Amino acid sequence: MDSNFLKQMYETALTIRRFEEAAIEQYRQGNIYGYLHPYLGEEAIATGAIAAINPDDYIVSTHRGHGHAIAKGHDVRLMMAELLGKETGYCRGRGGSMHVANMKQFNLGANGIVGGGIPLATGAGMAIKQKKSSQVVLCFFSDGAVNNGVFHESVNLAAIYHLPVVFIIENNHYAASTPVENMNLLKDLSAHSAGYGIPGLSVDGNDAMKVYNAVIEPVKRARSGAGPTLIECKTYRHRGHHVNDPGAYMPQDILADWKSRDPLIVLRKHLADATVDAAEIKEIETKVDTLIEEAVKFAVESPEPSEAEFLNEIMAL
Amino acid sequence: MARIKYREALNAALREEMERDPLVFIIGEGIGKRGGSYKVTENLLAQFGEDRVIETPLSEASFIGLGGGAAIAGTRPVVEMLFVDFMYLTMDQVANQIAKYNFMTGGQTKVPVVIRTQGGIGNGLAGQHSQSLEALFYHIPGLQVVMPSTPYDAKGLLKTAIRDDNPVIFIEHKQLYLTEGEVPEGEYLIPFGQADIKRSGKDVTILTYSYMTLECLKAAELLKEKGIDAEVIDLRTLVPLDEACILKSVEKTGRLVVVHEAWKRGGVGGDIISMVNEKAFYSLEAPPVRVAGKNTTVPFNKNLEKLCVPSVDEIVAGVMEAING
Repeated sequence: MDSNFLKQMYETALTIRRFEEAAIEQYRQGNIYGYLHPYLGEEAIATGAIAAINPDDYIVSTHRGHGHAIAKGHDVRLMMAELLGKETGYCRGRGGSMHVANMKQFNLGANGIVGGGIPLATGAGMAIKQKKSSQVVLCFFSDGAVNNGVFHESVNLAAIYHLPVVFIIENNHYAASTPVENMNLLKDLSAHSAGYGIPGLSVDGNDAMKVYNAVIEPVKRARSGAGPTLIECKTYRHRGHHVNDPGAYMPQDILADWKSRDPLIVLRKHLADATVDAAEIKEIETKVDTLIEEAVKFAVESPEPSEAEFLNEIMAL
Repeated sequence: MARIKYREALNAALREEMERDPLVFIIGEGIGKRGGSYKVTENLLAQFGEDRVIETPLSEASFIGLGGGAAIAGTRPVVEMLFVDFMYLTMDQVANQIAKYNFMTGGQTKVPVVIRTQGGIGNGLAGQHSQSLEALFYHIPGLQVVMPSTPYDAKGLLKTAIRDDNPVIFIEHKQLYLTEGEVPEGEYLIPFGQADIKRSGKDVTILTYSYMTLECLKAAELLKEKGIDAEVIDLRTLVPLDEACILKSVEKTGRLVVVHEAWKRGGVGGDIISMVNEKAFYSLEAPPVRVAGKNTTVPFNKNLEKLCVPSVDEIVAGVMEAING
């Protein structure tokens, strides 16, 4: 594998990691309130999958959505500003962590409702078909969402209309605090694909390269008009459901095992195999640290949204 | 001018908009060869093909959401929901996704989706196929609610809805589809937020919409025999609401009756009366009156069914109450 591509992947995954760590710190300092669902431990999925699409392809994200947005190339300053509810944020402080969206980069947004974005992704696929464009949609959602009705309805709609949507289950093994195996008897959640007559596959979601390789063909298939694919990426959260959930229900030995296969460790191994030297890796790490520091500074110093302007805007509604 | 049916007027609006704009498509249950349960989409499949006249499985939440997503991604979907009663199946997509999308993204994008549906009693369809649920949508910021009563209004408002950049809940009435009215040849649009004075009068203001407009006009004729000159205002769009027209009329007549088929409790009528109380209380010469649906599930039995929604006699009685104070 091309070492520049690997370096790019590492930079993306590391940016997500450092962004989440900085966001948690901002939360602890009281600069962020509400809910914050870190993507820690799951970085390989967004990084690998989004590396397999074009800048004008759509993504649909989840409440745990910072990673997707960063992998899509969003400006971390505007993202952090949104998390702090600032006017300079992507959604002018109207959305916050659970609703980061950026139309200019074809991110149709995170979503506060588990599974809520799946029908919207299917609709974006229909719009692509109507416009006879060659874009695709990557629709991310969780193992929790797989037990919601709209998952089944929407995968079926995408299948019968041959829509260019790749459905990506991020199986982090917990719906909030509920273990997936208690709520679904399938060993591989991608087996749901058989129920809708479409291809499905399960992949190691901690290895960005494996995710990337798994998404390439389904994207081609979608782009050619052959319809959707269901991909399960197996991973594990490094923490509880949100910033204030210690995740005491997560068995320590299992967590430790997953952490030994931390997405960043796996990527560093790929980099070593590709003979990228330590100095180059250090360079990436320094660059990312600076980027995140600037993002926090920008967000903290940004103005709050104008109350008068808000009241004026809603007068017309 | 041609005399056509309400459903033909809706069909013409869809056809004209699909001819005008290749980004308009329609999607729903049984809308293709069958032309929809109420024949609103008749012959559109033959003209536009199955890429633009799209039949769905019974996956209401997801094909409503599909409409939202397709609107966000640059097309203009018109989604048909066979019965407004089925909208309960879709409420997350309608209320949490479609209604809030523009706001929560800081106004980054428009969401030009029209959800066409129909409600009301009249065909012996019992409790799950006879409801009037406009108050649900009226309550939720981010949705516009349109309820035409005539073929003319139906066509002009549906064309406006399709061209509007924000979500529209367009609620037809099952008893109106076969009613007839004058509709001009060619292009016309009716702006949202403009009520229509269907009968002008000086003694009392009757506010209504959808099928009840027809019943109120009948009541007005009976009232005329009693020497009462009633003004009947068809709101046409509930959101946006034509407050100016309502207030002007109340200031003229001093008496207000609101009539709707939907449940009285938590209905739109109560909210409109509150608005009038806040803004024109001293113009009122008597307490405002609500004539509305009974707070019950609609029964199947024909005789019982009729009792659930305002009759012409009940409207007349409501007006007399407002007149006598």
